[in-house]
Amino acid sequence: MPVDLNTVRRIAHLARIAVSEAETPHLQDEINAILKFVEALDTVDIDGVEPMTSVIPMRLPMREDVVADGDIAPLVLANAPLTEDGFFVVPKVIE
Amino acid sequence: MTDLTSLTLAEARDRLKHRAISSVEITKAHLEAIERAKGLNTFVAITADKALQMAEVSDARLATKEAGPLEGLPIGVKDLYATEGIHTQACSHILDGFKPRYESTVTANLWRDGAVMLGKLNMDEFAMGSSNETSYYGPVASPWLPPNWSRDRGRTAALSSDKRGLLTPGGSSGGSSSAVAARLCLAATASDTGGSIRQPAAFTGIVGVKPTYGRCSRYGMVAFASSLDQAGPLARTVRDAAIMLRSMAGPDPKDSTCSPTAVPDYEAAVGRSVRGMKIGVPKEYRLEGMSSEIDALWAGGAEWLRTAGATVVEVSLPHTPYALPAYYIVAPAEASSNLARYDGVRYGLREPGADITELYEKTRATGFGTEVRRRLMIGTYVLSAGYYDAYYVRAQKIRTLIKRDFERAFADGVDAILTPATPSAAFGIGEKGSDNPVEMYLNDVFTVTVNMAGLPGLVAPAGLSSDGLPLGLQLIGRPFDEETLFALGETIEQSAGRMTLPEPWWV
Repeated sequence: MPVDLNTVRRIAHLARIAVSEAETPHLQDEINAILKFVEALDTVDIDGVEPMTSVIPMRLPMREDVVADGDIAPLVLANAPLTEDGFFVVPKVIE
Repeated sequence: MTDLTSLTLAEARDRLKHRAISSVEITKAHLEAIERAKGLNTFVAITADKALQMAEVSDARLATKEAGPLEGLPIGVKDLYATEGIHTQACSHILDGFKPRYESTVTANLWRDGAVMLGKLNMDEFAMGSSNETSYYGPVASPWLPPNWSRDRGRTAALSSDKRGLLTPGGSSGGSSSAVAARLCLAATASDTGGSIRQPAAFTGIVGVKPTYGRCSRYGMVAFASSLDQAGPLARTVRDAAIMLRSMAGPDPKDSTCSPTAVPDYEAAVGRSVRGMKIGVPKEYRLEGMSSEIDALWAGGAEWLRTAGATVVEVSLPHTPYALPAYYIVAPAEASSNLARYDGVRYGLREPGADITELYEKTRATGFGTEVRRRLMIGTYVLSAGYYDAYYVRAQKIRTLIKRDFERAFADGVDAILTPATPSAAFGIGEKGSDNPVEMYLNDVFTVTVNMAGLPGLVAPAGLSSDGLPLGLQLIGRPFDEETLFALGETIEQSAGRMTLPEPWWV
């Protein structure tokens, strides 16, 4: 099912990617080309089939609930565009 | 004095061990080759000083017989592996300036075993691509010249930034495949989500292995699609790939999807007899309109295996036609989740914004290339409310059916499956995908099934097209049975004869 321009704008907002009005129709075409391609899946009988959760059968490994590392704040902040006193600095979040 | 860059990894390993050459010598030879090959645009970061330091340490260990399995061998690393203190951007603008403060497990394993790092290799941005044309750093040129091109013409094209007309080395591990085929490194690490090791191997006439999902740790790999991504080697011979994989693979408590099972000696499987093995040829891989050349190569490969004592049977994998469309729902969906972290806050590019939302939207619009943006949009859509069941859940159910097809074939006694690797030989840079993104996606038609089912796959060069370009064959194995693939791959390599890689035209 093809998407309309409003849906493209909505998707862009969900993905938090700014898309200009000029770019929107081209993006719409690209998305619709892919959606057309995947229409082939609609004909498959999936009755009673479980969705794939783990491609290789494996139990989730567990470990002891103890602190195993930490005290590395400077390393975590090292690549940040803007920091202050051990915090990441961003423009205002809440009105 | 032999040109040290024309040695295989195994040959270099032996000469280093016997002190016939030093690691510093062979590392220098590769650094010089890399300098001369700038026109191919394979490396995005060259770690010359570090390489020589590592080589010196290796020479000391070789002298005192404390050598590891990869001691002193110069290797290239795909840009999506976190290498501590060194450029790691998955060739994206959005990770501008990112130098990790930690090391990926796969590369840590290589350094543990004594390998020397030459630098970081070009790739499609965030591993999304089949031709290395989506990289922020520009396209990579294959060391194979287009048919009937003179060296001069090649050299001129290599000087241009768009490299138009030269051949793609495949993708997303195009920097890795081109560098290995051009003898700029003895081997390279790469990654494969839908074919990104195997298709580049086929396009450049080298060997590529995507091991079973969970064989290698994904810790420290820039994630694209977490249920599909897998690390693997690109090398010039099957033996070299086996040596690399043994070092790369292994348990890792930092990756909960990484198998705790021990790694076998893959090199020991190279040369093992394939007599009595049962090889499946899946009829659904015979595509309508498939070139007779590829068909003949496939039949030829089956004949080689028969001559070596294997039996070849036809098998059916009925859900094959649905693998590519299902992949182009599942992979973008997972990517939309994995790439949500690139928001300009904690690392990489930041575009100013009046508020936090504007910061996110502008950073991501500027930072992501068009292919990445396209896939993130699709991924976001198929996971969104109202569409999740129709697209994502449906695709995941079809994935179960795809895997079941393989399980049935293996349960019937098939040891491995033989298929073509790609629908064509390498195409020209700029030739595909500009009108319809799907055109580029069709390159992965033979490879994505293997990621969807989590199985191991090996591609080995099997011959040349009528234009003189390499063509490869793919072997698909049972989970964690890479040894069978190495044994069969060696048979293909011996039968085909070692691929003669191109002499440098770019100098």
